[in-house]
Amino acid sequence: MVNRLVWQNLLHRPIRTLLSVTAVAVEITLILTVVGLSHGMLEESARRTRGVGADIIVRPSTSQAAMGLSSAELNEKLQDKLASMPRVEMATGTTVYLLTSNFQTITGVDLAGFSRMCGGLKYVAGGPFEQPFDAIIDEVWAKEKNVTVGQNMQIWNRNFRIVGIVEPGKLSRVFIPIATMQDLMGWRGKLSQIYLKLRNPDDTATIIGELKQLLPGYYIYSMAEFTSLISINSYPALGTFIRVVIGLAVTIGFLVVMLSMYTAILERTREIGILKSLGASRLYIVGIVIRETLVLTLLGIGAGIALSHGAKGVIQQYFPILTVSLHREWWLWAGLIAVGGGMLGALYPAARAARQDPIAALAYE
Amino acid sequence: MPHIIEVADLTKVYRMGRVSVPALRGINLAVEPGEFLAVVGPSGSGKSTLFYVIGGLTSPTSGRACIDGQDLSQMSDAERTRLRKRTIGFVFQKFNLLPTLTAAENIGIARDIAGNRNFDRVHFDEILRLLGIGDRLSHKPFALSGGEQQRVAIARALANSPKILLADEPTGNLDTQNSQTVLQMLKDLNRRLGQTILMITHNPGAGTFCAHRTVHMRDGRIVEP
Repeated sequence: MVNRLVWQNLLHRPIRTLLSVTAVAVEITLILTVVGLSHGMLEESARRTRGVGADIIVRPSTSQAAMGLSSAELNEKLQDKLASMPRVEMATGTTVYLLTSNFQTITGVDLAGFSRMCGGLKYVAGGPFEQPFDAIIDEVWAKEKNVTVGQNMQIWNRNFRIVGIVEPGKLSRVFIPIATMQDLMGWRGKLSQIYLKLRNPDDTATIIGELKQLLPGYYIYSMAEFTSLISINSYPALGTFIRVVIGLAVTIGFLVVMLSMYTAILERTREIGILKSLGASRLYIVGIVIRETLVLTLLGIGAGIALSHGAKGVIQQYFPILTVSLHREWWLWAGLIAVGGGMLGALYPAARAARQDPIAALAYE
Repeated sequence: MPHIIEVADLTKVYRMGRVSVPALRGINLAVEPGEFLAVVGPSGSGKSTLFYVIGGLTSPTSGRACIDGQDLSQMSDAERTRLRKRTIGFVFQKFNLLPTLTAAENIGIARDIAGNRNFDRVHFDEILRLLGIGDRLSHKPFALSGGEQQRVAIARALANSPKILLADEPTGNLDTQNSQTVLQMLKDLNRRLGQTILMITHNPGAGTFCAHRTVHMRDGRIVEP
């Protein structure tokens, strides 16, 4: 019966109910989208890194774990030295420049060596580099920038001609010849990182051990370990950003639920008096407010999950370079966060309702 | 036979800032089980305060108010709340039905609050028959006339078979015809089912019509008529 009362209360003020549900839905959408975007971008980056097909990555001692690079500290000769190791099938170095505007990278590659390692870039249009100022982009970049083969793109205020569009999934979205990038960036003879492919991947741990002896202080990872480092934990600022957004979202939900329930309690002062005259305990009154809040929050969570899928669709339609991963695990977390915020918001109105003097409440007009 | 309501030297003083307003100034009253008592008095006589104290909605300032052997002056707020669940049923001037629920649900919520698992369906059907609202139970209050709303309120008050029915100006918001109907129903409930009723009213005629006994109040005291 009390559930019926709760439901009827919500239907009695549909606009207030709708606003409260919408606020919680926005809270959920904010959380899921920001977390989904952060995870999605990192997962996508890890996926592309795995697409290189290497077993080991060697990075200079000055690099920061899995963070993107905008430097080249490795001597190019090291690539040949590593390639000549008995159990190494091939080695290929790249130069990397991180675009801070969208966290994407421009990668300088020796196309022949890189193609051998990754099993070949799959061209959907055009072909390999022909000139120093040629660029190859992936389909996602082409869609995002609305460009095609034959058009020019600006990199560091230089015109690069797009000569090929490839399927995504191989390290980067933009490739240029490594020599051009070394010249332009003043990195002649230098590399940002070197990928190694082993004759037998089972030797990975052994080779890493040998390399660490050979190159003390260098970051040397198996690809599995390296891609596992591409996570929010490796980007402290991103973690802080996510926490701030979640905090703001929870604050919005908390305030709206509190305001909504507070006005509901004021409006229902007389009804609370009636319930008290019938013998309703403080706990019973609190239970009604809490259940009502719970229903609002659960409806908001459902709407928020649906809305976040809509947001994902819109983002991917208009910003294909951005990847949003809506993990079900985060539905649960976002839901719990919203329920927690909602319950906090309901506490004061519930306590106020429970404390109502029945005579004053019954006299309320 | 022990009294079901026994009030002795009862006072109630409201404090409004630094001002004390005595509403009850030493009430003595006893009601037997099955009795229909009318408390008649003008506005400000303290009869509503007496209703609230006997109903356990507020505590007395001094004196004793025993309901079914339990002294309200010694009870905590939570204990008085428990008492209201099963021992007392209220009927108010303004009906006080929950507007979002149907008549049946308004009655149901009283049972839900009381946690009444031993609901006497036959007895309650008899009450509904007496009140004549069996076909109006699926309607919400706004779709009921004033008389019907008050009859639903009476049914709700009796849903948990309370030992005492307290009615505060039950005809105060009704026209003459509906007032007469409601008073007749209260009278029938008392006569046929033996329901103890204490009715507060400013209308001496209402007391004369249906109560066994009428007491008069003025300035917080029981006085001779």
